Amino acid sequence: MKKKTFWLVISLMLIAAFVFTACQPAPEEVGGVQIPDIEDGKFNVAIVMLSNHDDGGWSQAQWEGINYLEENMDGVHTAYLELVAEGADSEQVFRALARKGFDLIFGGSFGYMDSMEVVAEEFPDIGFVHISGYKFNGTNFGNMFGEMEVMKYAAGMIAGSRAKADGATRVGGMATFPIPEEFRLFNAYALGVQETCPDCDVDIRWIFTWHDPIVEREGADSLFDAGSHVVMTGADTPASALAAADREGVYGITYDWVGSCTIDECLTAPYWVWGPVFVRITEEVQAGTYPYMADYFDASTGGVALYGFMDGQELQPGVASLPADDLAKIQAVMDGAAAGEFDRFDVFAGPIVDIDGNIVVPDGEFMTQADIDQFVPGAPGFEATYGMYWWNQNIAADLPDL
Amino acid sequence: MDLLIILASGVATGTVLLYATVGEAFAERSGILNLGVEGMMLIGAMAAYKTAAATGNAWLGLLVAMLAAGLISQVHAFITITLQADQVISGLALNFLATGISLVLGEGLTSLRDVVPQLPKFTIPGLAQIPWLGRVFFDNQSILVYAGFLFIPLAWYYINRTRPGLHLRAVGEYPAAADTLGIHVYFLRYFYVFVGGTLAGLAGATISLSISPGWFGALTTAGQGWIAVGLVIFAQWNPIRAAFGAYTFGALRRLVLDIQAPVLIFGLANPFYSNLNYAFFLKMLPYIFTVVFLVIGSREANRKRIGSPAALGLPYIRGQRGL
Repeated sequence: MKKKTFWLVISLMLIAAFVFTACQPAPEEVGGVQIPDIEDGKFNVAIVMLSNHDDGGWSQAQWEGINYLEENMDGVHTAYLELVAEGADSEQVFRALARKGFDLIFGGSFGYMDSMEVVAEEFPDIGFVHISGYKFNGTNFGNMFGEMEVMKYAAGMIAGSRAKADGATRVGGMATFPIPEEFRLFNAYALGVQETCPDCDVDIRWIFTWHDPIVEREGADSLFDAGSHVVMTGADTPASALAAADREGVYGITYDWVGSCTIDECLTAPYWVWGPVFVRITEEVQAGTYPYMADYFDASTGGVALYGFMDGQELQPGVASLPADDLAKIQAVMDGAAAGEFDRFDVFAGPIVDIDGNIVVPDGEFMTQADIDQFVPGAPGFEATYGMYWWNQNIAADLPDL
Repeated sequence: MDLLIILASGVATGTVLLYATVGEAFAERSGILNLGVEGMMLIGAMAAYKTAAATGNAWLGLLVAMLAAGLISQVHAFITITLQADQVISGLALNFLATGISLVLGEGLTSLRDVVPQLPKFTIPGLAQIPWLGRVFFDNQSILVYAGFLFIPLAWYYINRTRPGLHLRAVGEYPAAADTLGIHVYFLRYFYVFVGGTLAGLAGATISLSISPGWFGALTTAGQGWIAVGLVIFAQWNPIRAAFGAYTFGALRRLVLDIQAPVLIFGLANPFYSNLNYAFFLKMLPYIFTVVFLVIGSREANRKRIGSPAALGLPYIRGQRGL
């Protein structure tokens, strides 16, 4: 009898719970991600991110960018979604955001590309802008990336200068995956090293991750143990600088986020400044002039930066003590980049010679955007002549099989 | 490429896996499968770093990490032992819960790097002079690595040669029989889930206070907890085998990187140089071993032979037939 009363009470409570929750709309949830609400009367912008908003790297830079947008544009409401897995899950998230009524949606990771393409077709009135991909439709789905190679080139000049000043002949780089972007960035780095330290070679390790503190730590240790004097990472965590801090007189270069270069053993960090980029795109989308094509912004827009050289920053100790003429050269590159006089096409200007002594780009010739973005032959209508499947002559590694 | 450096690096980073694996082995020996290792490690990594940043004391960080992860493991213990729910589902849920908590409490920790103290690294004089072994085990390692060396034989001795260890095994093999002998089955299961949690917390703290000091969000542990769950099977619930597996795993991870260098091996050109297929193959090896052991363990007769606790995954209900 007692048991029966107990169950009766439980059932009544359950029914009550269902009735009361039915009156109130529960927050919508898709793929384990809560979909934020829009604000009526405002221009609603959302960004979907792969990692958490304070991961100390790629996603944190994007999160700070979307906050900048919220603070610096009137009538704009922003929302961010974090830890959204690539693939099918993300497609549901993008669709839910579009249905909710967001006007402009940024996708912050390469693997969102196909999902965004599909959802963009279903919602022709909503803008979709994808960071780091290569697909676009010209009407409401575009891709966007920036001229990071100029910053990596300057970072290479710093690394080379540091090595030469300390009597070393090798610097290192941790590349993530054998894709055009990584060949581009590490070739730019090697070309920069060549500029300030013609006798140096560049050792490379493939680590196959974008964000893994332990693997990055081991990659940096592997390079230092093989004689590198400076190690630059292509991934997220500051492990290259942390590994340097455990040794005597060697240095690391971090990536992605302005706050990643905090210890003295860190020379600099090429990093992303998404805020002004998001503001520009939002303004153009509102005005209806955004082309939704491949939007590759120049360093002169301020979207990419090099830690220590920007307004209000001080040079890290390992950079401030470089020879004055090297520093002047590096400063000249940075000034040229800010003025729009030195860009990616100057970085990849001929003559470029690869590891086997073959000429990649002849003297007086330049690479095109298609070459910088892709391997030969490139996409239909966007053909590459030279492509990015080569290593600069001072790199001490073979090309990996693709 | 220096084999000794590779092994030394394997010992250093394998220590993370060692603690997490032995912790999980304790919990599973008592009959409770806890798939929440990854989440508990995140809690540990976050708590250690946050406490060290706030108090300036890395040791306090270590202590808080172990307590915090131990505490969160009791959620799983309550659900699976008292409420007798499915251990796999509860373990997965614990992962979500712990990841979420560590992200919320870890807010703002990414930018503190230069002010947070780390655990000391040192060389043990004398022992470091032993040829070969000295450089691998006693040369400029973290204090947590040395603690691991002491911990392995102690854990083995505790499980296999002491009375409490016997009780632990009894509870995992045949809880009904243990109960009739007056062993507190429920209490011991709670306790060893707690032990597993504290060791997972210690593993997380090893990352955030020693190997790669810092907090990097949900990817700080980068799947180490899942590897530990697999490694328990590879280790056959034995701390010494777990140490072997963990150190090997760490060394292979480093070997994958070092064989990419243009160096001589025994005076010959490096045959693996820049061929990433070899790197993929080496990276795959530990997982293959784990899969092989999983397959072997899927047959009941074999399960006994590789030492799987008979009551693993089964709730104990007093007075009911069976285990």
